[in-house]
Amino acid sequence: MMMIVAMISCAVCLVMALIRTALGPTAFDRVLAVNAIGTLIILGISLHGFVMGRPEFVDIALLYAILNFIGTFAVLKIFSTGSLGDRQTGPK
Amino acid sequence: MDMLILTLSGLSIFIGVAALLIGSIGLIRLPDVFCRIHAVGMIDTAGASFIILGMSIYEGFTLVTIKLLFIGIFLFFTSPIATHAVAQVAHKMGVEPVGRNLIERPAKKKPASKCGVRGKA
Repeated sequence: MMMIVAMISCAVCLVMALIRTALGPTAFDRVLAVNAIGTLIILGISLHGFVMGRPEFVDIALLYAILNFIGTFAVLKIFSTGSLGDRQTGPK
Repeated sequence: MDMLILTLSGLSIFIGVAALLIGSIGLIRLPDVFCRIHAVGMIDTAGASFIILGMSIYEGFTLVTIKLLFIGIFLFFTSPIATHAVAQVAHKMGVEPVGRNLIERPAKKKPASKCGVRGKA
């Protein structure tokens, strides 16, 4: 029961973060809100596994945690230097 | 014993959910990127840590608990790094913080940005 309530409140928080993603005046607001959405999705996947009685969903949540971190840094690096710093294009 | 485990995990998940709701309301209502970073830090550290602690107490000592603790440790160390990087890049691209702290500073030449910063292209 408490897992269901926690999952519903995760969904409510996710809607609020989506509102900030749509409204955000600068791109950094959007990056920040997408980072928060990633964290909420990690919690939601874990809670969904507990609600459905199959806690093996935690593996997928661990993968999402790593992807969220790397994705945030990739977007910030594109904003900061204009490229991802590979051999062909290189930082400006 | 069963009742104790249920009570402890329910209390922990309740604190985590409260932190999530407070952080999300702050993410909507605060006026600036540098203020909203505080709210996101609340979601990332307090909310995630307490909910993962509650799920770990509920599950007992199994392999799932160890994976949950891995997620918790990873989020606890990487989320402050991500928010710090957001703040650093936003400051570098010329986002001005709101408030009364804007003492007359010499106008610096800011790099032109395409990130929606006010007054730029």
